[in-house]
Amino acid sequence: MTEAVLATHAISKNFGALKASDNISIDLRPNEIHAIIGPNGAGKSTLIAQICGTLKPCAGNVELLGRDVTKESARDRVRAGLGRTFQISALAMEDTVLQNAMLGALGASGRPWRFFGPALRDNELRDAAECALLRVGLEDFMRVRTAELSHGQRRQLEVAVSLTLNPRVFVMDEPMAGLGSEGSKRLTGFLDALRHEAPILLVEHDMDAVFALADRISVLVYGRIIATGSGNDIRANPEVQEAYLGDEA
Amino acid sequence: MSFALIAEQILNGVQFGIMLFLMAAGLTLIFGVMGLINLAHGSLFMVGAFAAAAVAGATGSFLLALLAALTAAAIAGALVELVVIRRLYGKDHLDQVLATFALILIFSEGTRWLFGSFPLYLSIPSYLSGPISLPGGIEYSLYRTALIAAGLVIALGLGLMITRTRIGVQVRAGENDREMIAALGIDISKLYTLIFALGAALAGLAGALVGAIQSVQVGMGEPVLILAFVVIVIGGIGSIKGALIGSILVGLTDTLGSVFLPQALRLVMDASSATAVGSSIASMAIYILMGVVLIWRPTGLFGARF
Amino acid sequence: MIKERHLNMALIVVCVVIPVWAHLADEPFIITLMTRAAIFALAAVGLNIALGLGGLVSLGHAAFFGLGGYAMGISAFHAQTFTPVAEWPFLIEGTKSMPAIWLISVAVSAFAATIVGILSLRTSGVYFIMITLAFGQMFFYFSISWPTYGGEDGLSVYVRNGFPGLNTLDPIQFFMICFAILVAALALASRLARSPFGLALNAARQAPQRVETVGLDPNRLKLVAFVISGAMTGLAGALFADLNRFVSPAMFSWQLSGEIMVFVIIGGVGRLFGPVAGALVFVTLEHLLGGFSEFWHVHLGVLLLLVVLFGRGGLIGMICGREGSHD
Repeated sequence: MTEAVLATHAISKNFGALKASDNISIDLRPNEIHAIIGPNGAGKSTLIAQICGTLKPCAGNVELLGRDVTKESARDRVRAGLGRTFQISALAMEDTVLQNAMLGALGASGRPWRFFGPALRDNELRDAAECALLRVGLEDFMRVRTAELSHGQRRQLEVAVSLTLNPRVFVMDEPMAGLGSEGSKRLTGFLDALRHEAPILLVEHDMDAVFALADRISVLVYGRIIATGSGNDIRANPEVQEAYLGDEA
Repeated sequence: MSFALIAEQILNGVQFGIMLFLMAAGLTLIFGVMGLINLAHGSLFMVGAFAAAAVAGATGSFLLALLAALTAAAIAGALVELVVIRRLYGKDHLDQVLATFALILIFSEGTRWLFGSFPLYLSIPSYLSGPISLPGGIEYSLYRTALIAAGLVIALGLGLMITRTRIGVQVRAGENDREMIAALGIDISKLYTLIFALGAALAGLAGALVGAIQSVQVGMGEPVLILAFVVIVIGGIGSIKGALIGSILVGLTDTLGSVFLPQALRLVMDASSATAVGSSIASMAIYILMGVVLIWRPTGLFGARF
Repeated sequence: MIKERHLNMALIVVCVVIPVWAHLADEPFIITLMTRAAIFALAAVGLNIALGLGGLVSLGHAAFFGLGGYAMGISAFHAQTFTPVAEWPFLIEGTKSMPAIWLISVAVSAFAATIVGILSLRTSGVYFIMITLAFGQMFFYFSISWPTYGGEDGLSVYVRNGFPGLNTLDPIQFFMICFAILVAALALASRLARSPFGLALNAARQAPQRVETVGLDPNRLKLVAFVISGAMTGLAGALFADLNRFVSPAMFSWQLSGEIMVFVIIGGVGRLFGPVAGALVFVTLEHLLGGFSEFWHVHLGVLLLLVVLFGRGGLIGMICGREGSHD
């Protein structure tokens, strides 16, 4: 069995009586895309938050690149190689697209305490940022203010910022949301190739993209993983059909 | 140091705290319900004091003066809400700070223009002057005792209003979710004006009550306002209970610190430097208390954790 | 629409031409007014680093202004009475040299800003505003209750401190010192905004979550901005004390904190020259309206209300349009 790059071991999180995460164990292996699907309110965001370190689980632990990171902050996990995109774009809206991408490169460089030279003339940061923007297809929008981007372009920029970090694991929270069929087809192609650079834990509602991309799919319902398997396994699973695909199709 | 002296200082601290509570309760309600930081709350304190002093001067009746303070502050509050404040809901805090800072300038200079720069005096009515004998052989000012009692009654009334009445339900709904309250079909703008006027009336009442033991002058509201902020930071935003406990903590710390710190320091240094050092440290005591609470519990003793 | 760069140049020209004209026309009072404006502008440029870049609504910046002022007052007081500031743990003498005093003011206010910043940044939003206001008030009461340096009455310095090679008692020369420092501060603020630190700080203001997910600590960035901001405002305080040859607890007052913020807002938040425009307008109004009506603060209040309610972007925003200070 291949060593997992990212794993949760029986993590649980309660909010009062609500079990948002109930004994969840999942893992992500090299070169794969592992998709997590589930109806609204199933606890996907809570799970992501525990993996990324913005929420602490009540029980269980999180392992990143073979190391227990349960007690580490979100920032430490980023430095250890975790790249994340948000469900709702978290970008500096007044800044240009290039500035947002350069922020990622600046974070990756770990040297923000430089007070004098203009950031835009720092070739190292700029190259990293431009390279990431080129990869997601935003090279013509570098000088545009982020607030003026379309919703889909902001999603692309989210991905570009995480690319500048050169992460060893991606965690993407609904990157396709609101993209439209053309955009999500392009992003699907892009993520397909990206998995060989770093594996992706993908939370997504767009079922076409999930079944096209995912090597494995886990289904989360009421805070519990009810099934994990290939696309075909999941389609054939009666429990999943009842709990999830049933009311979706 | 005698027991009677200690008891008297503790009562002074409680009385000061209760007056702070009247300010802090209004501020914390307004913040909790409307999400607004109101620097001009101190001006409403001042409006109450001036209205009381003017009416007491004209009629000689303390009760009428208190009534005037309540009414004047409530009307000023409602007016300010209608003309300025309601344009600030949902704006960022910076805009709220600046607009209400502008209101302070307008209120202060307006009052100076109306009443002049000299302080006015409001005297304690004869039926409330003199000392009262409390259990344990303590002689204490009747007026201050009345202040404590009145403040506690108001605190109790506010508590009942929040937990038992329809307005209270609306207030609590508004604190949790501003959209939900609109969805319930409640006339939100009327509720906001009402809450603001209520907060203003409490501030005005505090101004009038304190006006009888201090002088009534322009600028008297802002030091109290800032102390009320300290109270809210300690107690937690939006919590009436937090405001009450925070107020009494601040009142006691400030009063006892300024009396007992210089005396305590006299044990280790000569009298004059003990007074100097002691009163300097005492002037910072409540801010140190605030710093400690911030380190221990950044959202206050009773504030929602984030 | 006028280009912001051109307006900035015009402001600089105004700041030079008026005092030079006043010097030639022998109007020292005008020079003093312009010096006052330059010093207020410097304090506000400092605040704008925290407020405009870092999004930190500090209502306690008078604390740093006052500390800078008292650093000057205490140094000069000991120098003019020939007593040491401290004999233990080592001998510290007073000084009448401006550069030394500036250094002390910057160090003292930066230190205070670090402590206040660490505590205040444990919270955000409306808490931050209330806490900075409260800490400002703490310094105010402390200065009143500490009798050694004048308590409530403040402290007078009989002769303005010296600067090597210049006669600081000559109004135009003292103005030039203040103006040079203002220009240096503007240059620093402008470079800061474009630097890698500025890039990160800008993002920390708009999307702290994002900054966190690239592995940086938004609060630490904001703390550093707050310290730089406090130090600059402290330096302005030292100059202000030298202008008046007097320091008093009024330098710590919450009104002054509010006014420094008003300079920034009337000019335009986050605009490099916003504080300069704001301070010039304030001092002009103070002079004109103050002569015309005893109650000129009412007019200031109304003007401020109008700017907040209807004039987003301050004066510079109204003249130059929304495009910000970015290239």
